[in-house]
Amino acid sequence: MLATGAVLLFLLLPIAAVFLRVPPRDLVSALGTTAARDALRVTAETIAVSMVAILVVGTPAAYWISGRRGALRDALVTLVELPLVLPPAVAGIGLLVAFGRAGLLGGTLDALGVDIAFTKVAVVLAVTFVASPFFLRTAIASFESVDPALPAAARTLGARRGRVFFRVMLPLARGGLGAGAALAFARGLGEFGATIMFAGSLQGVTQTLSLAIYEQFDVDFDVALAISSLLILLSALVLLSVKLTTRWRSGSASLTLFAASPRRST
Amino acid sequence: MALRVRFSHPLRSFAATIDLTVERGQTVALVGPSGAGKTTILRVISGLLRPAVGLVAIDDEVVLDTARGIDVAPEYRRVGYLFQEYALFPHLDVAGNVRFGARRGEDVQPLLDRFRIGELARARVSELSGGERQRVALARALGRDPAVLLLDEPLSALDAHTRAGVRAELRELLDTLGLPAVLVTHDFEDAATLAHRVGVLSEGRVLQLGTPTELVALPSDAFVASFTGATVLPGQVVETRSGLTRVALDGGVSLWSSDSASGPVNVAVYPWDVSVGTNLPDDSRLNHLSAAVVSVAQAGNRTRVRIGPIVAEITAASAERLELTPGIVAVASFKATAARVFPR
Repeated sequence: MLATGAVLLFLLLPIAAVFLRVPPRDLVSALGTTAARDALRVTAETIAVSMVAILVVGTPAAYWISGRRGALRDALVTLVELPLVLPPAVAGIGLLVAFGRAGLLGGTLDALGVDIAFTKVAVVLAVTFVASPFFLRTAIASFESVDPALPAAARTLGARRGRVFFRVMLPLARGGLGAGAALAFARGLGEFGATIMFAGSLQGVTQTLSLAIYEQFDVDFDVALAISSLLILLSALVLLSVKLTTRWRSGSASLTLFAASPRRST
Repeated sequence: MALRVRFSHPLRSFAATIDLTVERGQTVALVGPSGAGKTTILRVISGLLRPAVGLVAIDDEVVLDTARGIDVAPEYRRVGYLFQEYALFPHLDVAGNVRFGARRGEDVQPLLDRFRIGELARARVSELSGGERQRVALARALGRDPAVLLLDEPLSALDAHTRAGVRAELRELLDTLGLPAVLVTHDFEDAATLAHRVGVLSEGRVLQLGTPTELVALPSDAFVASFTGATVLPGQVVETRSGLTRVALDGGVSLWSSDSASGPVNVAVYPWDVSVGTNLPDDSRLNHLSAAVVSVAQAGNRTRVRIGPIVAEITAASAERLELTPGIVAVASFKATAARVFPR
């Protein structure tokens, strides 16, 4: 009881402090500054592109992995989860030496007239790199939790693979996919380390909300506070939506951090 | 116009090797313990599992021939498959489930009405009773005009109350459809009621295939006898006299059989061949076993009484008249011809 109180106080005090330091009216007006508006626009643009990429490519990839069994499946899931445990600074360095001008693909990209580093594309790559595992893991788990008799039944009822995916698997995994997308979104929103190393912090180009907090910390503390409070509200909203969808689907373990082994049919 | 299936496929600790032909209008039931490879057979026929080697022909159309590299995908085989627990789509209502299998744009209402689920068209699957779920699954499986019907444990998801009624309905449906049908179950009684022929499956092989009457009258071995309801007791042949064999059971009792055998054996006695009394009767029967009643269990109008190692099935009325209760001594009697002996 006492310990719980201490834990809650410790965890919630910094969050409350963000809102208590200056009056709410000042927070709202601080969000109107150019720096804050630029950061909001950059974040909205880059995270939208990242989320589309994650959903469009990630969903079929997760579905394919969920159909594998044994060592291959376990190896694939572990590889997908690797960026999850990677320190963001390492992700930043990795992206730089892979896609940067002097990087692995730098020569090829240069020849094509593309320079990625310190552009919005770099932000998208960094956000996608760190956020996609959150979606993939949850998506794999939710595809695997679909009773294997259901796609089998669909096939005996004349459904080809595409129809099985769109009419059976996708609707049944929907709750988990939504929760995964929300988690990826939240992670993408907070992305800092990889972005600042790979994309820099150029206002209006690569400076996202998280980077703007760091930047404004020295310039205008109220703006940093205002952006922080905005991110707190967004994160809380995401968490709430995940909780509501998982609760509505009763018992789906969408918030578990690592995908369990699939149950096997006999 | 039939179903022909022949295949061999390695399972965990044995290979399933099956060779089966089912004529039009015939139902073959495969019974066996779980893990005997029953569902594997249905998966091979439907195309959900490609066996190591094999051939499947539905209505003279070869849909699988591993030797010639033919393997028609499940969605193109004319197979109606009733899954264990029915595998209804939880995100679709009753009509949506049935429409999933029907041809595009086809009105499924007549099919729903035929299975008495017309009123439930908009109902969610989770709101249905076991019997209703089964009818939805059947309507869905038949929506595509299958040429063969596969049923995986069609009654095991039902409670004892609805089971008998649904079984009778299913029997009638199978007769009306006139399709070749393969049914797998772990329950011999279900198999005997629903199928024309029953195959007893153990470790991927059909030990014996015949009509239910044939299996009970002449079980090929102790496993078949046990699966068709007999009590199987291990023993040793101790003497042979005037065409009769005396077997000393491992428990110490001995009994006579008209089968000839020697050495270690299994003796199978069907409960309905055993009668029960409270005094030693003087009649043509050779086997009278006097022992304490171990258990008395009533099932419908019949009562199963266990006397020593022997199980007897008698009418509930007789059990009541004899006042059988656990602990009292009773006599189990059966003819030497009712004790079947199989070498062990």
